[in-house]
This record gives sequence, C-alpha cells and structure tokens, in this order.
Amino acid sequence: MGLRASSEISMAGTDGTTRTDHTAHPGHADRTTRTDHTNETGETDETGDTDDMDDMDDTPVMYVESSVAGAAKILVVGPMGVGKTTLIGTVSEIKPLSTEATMSQAGARLDTKVRPSKTTTTVALDFGRITLGGELVLYLFGTPGQQRFLPAWKDLARGALGALALVDTRDLEASFDAIGHLEDLDVPFSVAVNAFPDSKPHSEDDLRSALDLLPHTPLVICDAREHKSSVQALISLVSHLIETLTEAS
Amino acid sequence: MSSPGEERTTAAVRPYVITRGRAGSSRDALPLETLVEASGSALPPHLQPEYRRIADFCQGLLSVAEVAAHLGQPPAVVQVLLADLIDWGHIVARPPIRVVKRKRADLDLLRKVLDGLESKL
Repeated sequence: MGLRASSEISMAGTDGTTRTDHTAHPGHADRTTRTDHTNETGETDETGDTDDMDDMDDTPVMYVESSVAGAAKILVVGPMGVGKTTLIGTVSEIKPLSTEATMSQAGARLDTKVRPSKTTTTVALDFGRITLGGELVLYLFGTPGQQRFLPAWKDLARGALGALALVDTRDLEASFDAIGHLEDLDVPFSVAVNAFPDSKPHSEDDLRSALDLLPHTPLVICDAREHKSSVQALISLVSHLIETLTEAS
Repeated sequence: MSSPGEERTTAAVRPYVITRGRAGSSRDALPLETLVEASGSALPPHLQPEYRRIADFCQGLLSVAEVAAHLGQPPAVVQVLLADLIDWGHIVARPPIRVVKRKRADLDLLRKVLDGLESKL
C-alpha cells in the first residue's frame, strides 16, 4: 500500500498549483515578494483585485471582546493549496485576514543597498480568530511550509501552543517540509488529512509511514470546509498537547 | 498602482522611512498576537500621520496582526510604530499568553483552550 501511495505522489508531482482543488486559493497563496495587497483573503476569487491597491483591507473591523485578557496562537501549516485558509475561515469568527511575516534578521528589510533582495523574503500569512470562553482569544496563523520560508517561521512559532499540519494525500511529499520545520523548531503538532473528494482512501498505517510520523503524533481526517470537522482537528491537537504535558510531569 | 493624481496612501512610503530605519531591527518585535488598544490619551500634534492612523484604528481591542492587515501595512512597520505608541502611553497592550517551557501553568491554558473549542462543536 505504501508503494501505491508513492506512485500517486510521483504522478501528482510537487506543484500544487495546477490542481482543481475545491479549497485551493491560488490568488493569495505563497508570496515571496512584498505587496500591499491585503484584500486577497476571500474564499472566492471574485472578491479579488478590483479595488485600489496599497490600501486598507475592506473587511469590517470586529474588535475583540474587552473581557479578553490575552491571546494564544496555533499555527496551521502545510503546502500551498492544502486548505489552510479554508480551515482557518471555517473556524474563525472573523473573515480570514492576510498579512505577512518577515525574516527576523536585523535590518533584513532595510539594507537594500548593502544586502540584495535575498534577505527580503516574506511569508504570506493568513489568519483567523476564535474567542474562547470570553477571556481568551485564539489566533490561527496559516503559513506555507516551503524550505525557503523557514526563517520567518521562527518568530511565528515562538510561544505557539502547537501546530496543525495539514496534509493532502494526493501529494504527501508537499507536506514534508512543513512537518520537518515543526520537528526542527520543536513545535508540538498533530496531523490532519484534509480529505478532498477525489482523495483515495489510505490506511492510517500507510499514511503514518509515508509521513514518517512518531507513534504518539495524532493523525486525523478532516474536511476543512466543515466547521465541526475542523474544530475536531484542533481539538485533537490540543488534547495531544495536554497529554504530552501530563505525561511529562 | 494608483492612477496619476490619485491620493497615495502610506503604503507607498518605504517601511524604513515610516519607522526611521527600525522596521525589522533587532529590538524584540511585538508578537503578532499581542492585543492592543488605544489608551485614550491625546497624541501630540507633531507625530507622523501613521501613528495617528494606528491609534485611531485601535478604538477597541485588536491583535497586532489584525491592525497590520486592516491598515494594509507590513507587520514589521506596525510592530515598531505600536511599540512606540506603547512606550508613550497611547496604546495599552495585553501580552500574549504563550507556552514557554511546557510546564504546569501551560496545562491550565491548554485546558481552557480545549474547553473553549469543545463548546464550539
């Protein structure tokens, strides 16, 4: 079965952009150069670039309840087109917003005369928000997993509760970088397979061995378009974080 | 992308101009999930308009990430300007609740998150 999975991988290739994913949003996926377009967060492409750029996001502002004492964050990681923004939008109380994370080296964005564009890489960052119990807000930051984005992950990962790694079984290989980064940065995570209509069923064992997961890493199947399913995926992560902590103490 | 004669917004200004060269500096950046809100104190009239724009926008509680996204500014810029406004007392921040060493205190936080998520089902 593992062989079948890998033959599909090679046929699917590693470029997610050519698919017809129901959750793919090529319009706001990975950007490596800075733009000021922050209005590309819509779930459909019609909302795109018709209004003037370089301007404020049109999304109405919904302030956080004043009873909230602070915010925590969870990362949602995975390759382009895997459904990160879909999942974030499904569980978020605000329409997902888009911004960017920058590399944290001193002056990385500034010394353009001294340092060429190599150091100006930024990562598109889509995020959403959930208020929990009126005193805590949870932010979900979705960020692509490619190797070149690793430096920007470090700031983002600092202090995160954990991460949900989204996987598309039609292209498992595309998720390797993201999962590798989480391991390198020591961010606890669980894996959620975003089930696409044409995904072939795989046994959990096959997926685990293909992704080289540790036995305790949770693996769940979800549909990023469905609220309950997406919340369940987050619950699986947080339950795992609690278990890990309880075992350690 | 503005047409000629059209008003340019601050996004057309290079980040290092707005922040006087401090965007992306080694100063610890304000975490994106920090919650900020205007304190209500009046801003001095000489401040750059970007400061005023942020302070005006923060009439309620919002994360740094949301302020940046809504204003269409790079977070690296907003982080620096907000840090100044916090230093000057015009913005009040609620620092993030972070997992640092995965200790007992984190367990309470995680249980709150779990309860909160379960209530969303």
